[in-house]
Amino acid sequence: MDGAMDGAMDDGAVLRLVGVTKRFGPLVANDSVSFTLNKGEVIALLGENGAGKTTLMNILFGHYLADEGHVEAFGHRLPPGEPRAALAAGIGMVHQHFTLADSMSVLENIALGTQSLWSLRFDRRRALARITTLSRDFGLEVHPNAQVSDLSVGERQRVEILKALYRDARVLILDEPTAVLTPLETEALFRTLKKLVAKGLSILFISHKLNEVLAVSDRVLVLRSGKIAGERATSATNRSELAALMVGDTVTEPTVTDHAPGETVIELVGIRTTGRVGGAPLDTIDLTLREGEITGLAGVSGNGQAALAALLAGTLRPDSGTIRIRGEEMGEWTARTALAHRIGRIPEDRHTIGMIGDMNVIENAISESYRSPRFSHRGLLDWKGAEDFARAIIRDYDVKCPSPRAPVRLLSGGNMQKLILGRAFDGAPHVILASQPTRGLDVGAVAYVHAKLLEARNRGAAILLISEDLDEVLALSDRILVISKGRLSPPSARGALTVREIGERMAGHGFQEEGGIHAA
Amino acid sequence: MDAIDILLTGSFWVAVIRIASPLIFATMGELICERAGVLNLGIEGIMTVGAFTGWLTVYLGGDLWLGVAIAALAGVAFGLLHGLLTVPLGLSQHVTGIGITLLATSLTYFTYRVALPEVTSPPKIEPFQPFPLPGLSGIPIVGPALFNQTPLTYLAFVLVAVVAWILTRTPVGIALRAVGENPAAVEAQGISVTAVRMGAVAVGSACMAVGGAFLTMSAFNSFFFEMINGRGWVCIALVVFGSWRPGKALLGAVLFAAFDAYQVRLQQVTGGAIPYQVFLMLPYVLSILALIVVARRASYPKALMAPYQKGER
Repeated sequence: MDGAMDGAMDDGAVLRLVGVTKRFGPLVANDSVSFTLNKGEVIALLGENGAGKTTLMNILFGHYLADEGHVEAFGHRLPPGEPRAALAAGIGMVHQHFTLADSMSVLENIALGTQSLWSLRFDRRRALARITTLSRDFGLEVHPNAQVSDLSVGERQRVEILKALYRDARVLILDEPTAVLTPLETEALFRTLKKLVAKGLSILFISHKLNEVLAVSDRVLVLRSGKIAGERATSATNRSELAALMVGDTVTEPTVTDHAPGETVIELVGIRTTGRVGGAPLDTIDLTLREGEITGLAGVSGNGQAALAALLAGTLRPDSGTIRIRGEEMGEWTARTALAHRIGRIPEDRHTIGMIGDMNVIENAISESYRSPRFSHRGLLDWKGAEDFARAIIRDYDVKCPSPRAPVRLLSGGNMQKLILGRAFDGAPHVILASQPTRGLDVGAVAYVHAKLLEARNRGAAILLISEDLDEVLALSDRILVISKGRLSPPSARGALTVREIGERMAGHGFQEEGGIHAA
Repeated sequence: MDAIDILLTGSFWVAVIRIASPLIFATMGELICERAGVLNLGIEGIMTVGAFTGWLTVYLGGDLWLGVAIAALAGVAFGLLHGLLTVPLGLSQHVTGIGITLLATSLTYFTYRVALPEVTSPPKIEPFQPFPLPGLSGIPIVGPALFNQTPLTYLAFVLVAVVAWILTRTPVGIALRAVGENPAAVEAQGISVTAVRMGAVAVGSACMAVGGAFLTMSAFNSFFFEMINGRGWVCIALVVFGSWRPGKALLGAVLFAAFDAYQVRLQQVTGGAIPYQVFLMLPYVLSILALIVVARRASYPKALMAPYQKGER
């Protein structure tokens, strides 16, 4: 492997991985990965979803046991499978999914485990003083006595970083740290990272976003299918080279052609919700979806996307306001009415809402239409027809599965999503609700989903694309709206707003009343 | 005497606190387990074991406090069994808990029969005696109710304060709460989730067993079958009622005990005009109503009933 450069900068090495291999059953998640991190250096570990980045970090930190190889920190070999040892060696980790206890305070979360469990008193005052100093020094503003559940995602990430610094971390591992941040929060994070490096910390930055990797790192390691596929000095590489290394092939993204929208299909007027679906409720929104148009909804997770998606899917009823479909006002609004009006749904979480993992491909394929005369006669299911339908989806959408009778949980994320596309696009729906349609998919599958969405748009479907991935929204949408605290911004045509302007709206600026961000 | 006068008699409040005491112990025990993320439905059985072992120790000539200690140890033993099955092995906490209750109850009855084959009426022991706290026990109504009880009752109240202190003011309390909220957070800080949860279940079960022992050693003075009579299940509801907070759970226990003491006296006042079963039902009906009102907004420990397997994807 060209990633092995042991001995090159021995004196400055703070962390070294030697031949780390990890298997999950037949899947090789990491295949003899070796690299060295030096003092004051930022290494970016770049790779697609499923390339093995997170597994590697979990081995490094002791959450997983490596099957082969070992980790050295400051010249000492770390005992495998012990986060405690990694912490003691000065390795701090900011996990992709935050490891915070929501109903506890910031201070309690940070100080957790820093005192012996047998001590009779928790030294709150000392902890408070230390947290205040650290947050001032590194620009990590957060209120120590706030409860974590009241914090924004950006603030939670600051707590995670403070947790590591509180324990005198000298190596900081950040796993996809920007996935949940607004562009402004990302900039703030990068400023913090610069301060950390200036103080002599070393950083391992894991990402699949090329721009960030280029902006923040000194050196880039590209991980593909568990192996190090290449190593470049950041100053001597570029986007396209890294992309090719990451994918192993060139992927062509579908191109958007200009296209005049048709008639209004669905119209939401003055909709308010209070139902519990997670995140903010909708606060008097108006939204129109037109034929042959993709309306992109950008926003930080938890600002009402879930409520809007549930509303359109028919699983959440509005408290006030009207829903009109082709001018006709909807009375009782349920999932069944939504389906009857040909709303195709790609749900946000394919594992929990989209599919039933333990049921097979056929059963999942007909789960939205099993009651129709197509698949049921006099109360009995027509399994032959159902199987033919499932086989048609498998063929047309290229779903790789062992058999139509295999349980859906055996399918990879990309293939599960293709099955959902096949189900949602059956019978050419008039409206398509695409909620985070490419989350967790690899680059090839992303391109496929994008192509299918554009194809549906070109044949005249009205599409609402809800995504936390701003690049995706920008690439596909004919119109862009921003959602913040349950309110919608006015729509802007594609290209009318810069990323920075959208970012500001995502942070809640530019709406009628100033919402005010969390006081730090 | 009419229905309102009952509330003004000293003996009523003495009874309330006495009835509340075992509930307080067991509720604190369940609360400790649940704050660490482990539902312990073994509570009913563990209370039975505690009632029996405490009583047996004294019956065989042991000291009263030795009886309490033995009961607590028996609680620890069954707690560790529950912990072993649900924490490292990650089995269903519901099923395991019910299994523990069945096992512990049956084992107790079996042991009782084997140890005392010839007994027809349950033998009595010399129980804990009321210990008036000098100066305070003279206060009207409050004095006898709060300050002229047996040492175990005082211990129950001290336990609430200790549990509250530990949960909020000590490192182990923070770890315990965190393990019930997000075990991954605890693991990431280098603390063993298994150790914290096992410890919590063991200590919590000891409290439950002492709650059971209160019944034989400070209330009924003997052991008989079915004596726990659903008190364990009530304690599970009290934890919810108290929103997993020791102080509010204590309040719930006292409230339930007050309903219970009140209905007994109300039966006498009404003199048979209403079937007594209606009164027996009263505390439970009121508990359900209280749960509906109070507990709907309660925020439960997020990782309650979620087994944690290290390194699982």
